[in-house]
Amino acid sequence: MELPLRALESSVTASRWLPWHAALVFGFLYLPIVTLIVYSFNGSGVGGFPPRDLTLAWYRLLFADEAIWTSVLNSLLVAIAAVIISLGFGIPAALALDRANFPGKALFRRLVLLPLILPGIITGLSLLMLFREADIKLSLLTIALGHGTALISVATTEVFAGLQKLDRSQEEASLDLGANYWQTFRHVTLPNLRLSIIGAALLIFTLSMDEIAVSFFLIGRDNTLPLEIWGRLRRGITPEINAISSIIFVFSLFAILIWYRLRVASEVQPEIAAELLESPAQGD
Amino acid sequence: MVLINTESASSSPPKLGTQPLLSIRNVAKSFGRNPVLRDISLQVAEGEFLTVLGESGSGKTTLLRIIAGFETADSGEIWMEAQRLDALPPYHRRVNTVFQYYALFPHLTVEENVGYGLKVAKLPKEQSVSRVEQALAMVKMTAYAEFKPGKISGGQQQRVALARALVNRPRLLLLDEPLSALDANLRRQMQVELKSLQREVGIAFVFVTHDQEEAMVMSDRIALLRRGELEQVASPREIYSHPATAYAAQFIGHTNLLTAEVSRGIARCKSLSWPVKLPDGVALFSLRPENIRVAAGNTDSDRIGFRGKVIWQAFHGATELLQIECIDGLLLSMRTASGQNSRGNLLLEFSPEDAIPVRKSQEAEKGL
Repeated sequence: MELPLRALESSVTASRWLPWHAALVFGFLYLPIVTLIVYSFNGSGVGGFPPRDLTLAWYRLLFADEAIWTSVLNSLLVAIAAVIISLGFGIPAALALDRANFPGKALFRRLVLLPLILPGIITGLSLLMLFREADIKLSLLTIALGHGTALISVATTEVFAGLQKLDRSQEEASLDLGANYWQTFRHVTLPNLRLSIIGAALLIFTLSMDEIAVSFFLIGRDNTLPLEIWGRLRRGITPEINAISSIIFVFSLFAILIWYRLRVASEVQPEIAAELLESPAQGD
Repeated sequence: MVLINTESASSSPPKLGTQPLLSIRNVAKSFGRNPVLRDISLQVAEGEFLTVLGESGSGKTTLLRIIAGFETADSGEIWMEAQRLDALPPYHRRVNTVFQYYALFPHLTVEENVGYGLKVAKLPKEQSVSRVEQALAMVKMTAYAEFKPGKISGGQQQRVALARALVNRPRLLLLDEPLSALDANLRRQMQVELKSLQREVGIAFVFVTHDQEEAMVMSDRIALLRRGELEQVASPREIYSHPATAYAAQFIGHTNLLTAEVSRGIARCKSLSWPVKLPDGVALFSLRPENIRVAAGNTDSDRIGFRGKVIWQAFHGATELLQIECIDGLLLSMRTASGQNSRGNLLLEFSPEDAIPVRKSQEAEKGL
């Protein structure tokens, strides 16, 4: 009889401390971001506490800064290309992992997932050497190729997780009703994978947008946004950086909201959403 | 080929003498080292309702999946009239399936689900619309055309799955335990509906189930499958009154299995003995509980009389099942109409022709 009592006690103490613990974690996660945003409105630069002379001057400066906007555009282009490349290779790879049986499948799965745990330095350096050997001039294209290859593993794991949840009898029903394999893929498999694919695309887009290590090795003349910011940091922090970071933060927030609305609209089970938010390494 | 085929709406049993619609010839299948089907040969007639009955693991679903084209047989052939079916991919077979859990497309409405086969077949819009309407009306789901499958009940999903399969006007409809996900009442109602629908459309049904009662109620013929082998293929009446094997006798209905020693035309099981037309040796007999009666008193010399004591009585509504212990300890079940007040010692009898000799099934003689 003692055991349940003790369990009850500990759950009472736990319930007292847990909210504080949660608040602490939350603060640890978000205080830096809040600080970043607040100081983007600080009239007296990044130093000084508390912030005073609230101003939009840094934003005005930012909007006039062409180099930043060029780099933002470059980053967007790279991220879009990375999404297309990684999904273009990742979806077939996931299908192969889910359906096909071929010799060396286990090895293939591990190799596809390897770039996830491989340090960016290795990926970047090896790609740099490859491009050198192939005599390809470094440019935004090489960065996009770098991001694309590094993120195939993310696309594969996300789509693979979606395939695992798919009810196979639905595909059989489609074949049974006279649809061939391609029609079945297009009308049944793909719509069922829609959320996995959108989730993967958003994740890859975000990861590509803030990627530094691989980009650093593959950069040509055109900067991406993280490299532009990094370059400026060497000349000292200005609240202009805070301003651009705040804008990125707001956009990410919107992206998540849009994705969430999509999910609600498509009436799919909530656990799929949880799956998409999980770390991609868990898809194996 | 019209969906509502009035000619076959009559309840006359299908003619098996003509060329069968589907012939399964010596089909065998193993998963790894585990044989699932061994040398199955079976025929389905045009317009027939054939039930493949078996316990789980008997291979019934695998057989269905081979006919549909989702599995490939290791050996054997499947023919639909003059066309070899097993060489075709599922989408070229004029066979449609109702899946156990319906497998409706969750992202499409009821209407789109039903119209799916017509859409991929690129049927002209007007035709497909009217056929979908007709199919939905047939299963009384017109009001739910715009609903997504997630918003309707299990029984309704069942009807949609039926409409989705039948709208393609298959030659043969396969049903994989389609009623097992429904509760008992709905299930009984759907049995009747399904059977009358089958009569109405005149399409041959191959229905897979593990429920012998369901098989009895609905089928023209039952193919009893056990461990990948056919035990008996016959009409429900035939299989009940003349089971071929001990397993068939026990699986379909209740029975008493008697192991008897036959010598010179007399079978003996403990104190019971009755005349038979069998060679000498050990034989197995099935004696249905309802064929044991309380002796009427008139000395009909054909009947075999014996004494027994009622040791257990189970009320089944219209009938009661009595457990009888004979003088020599032999236990028998007998069925009487309810309210007979049969207690204590009774004088009982049975006709020798009701003791049906059955083939031995391995490890199936649990009755005695």
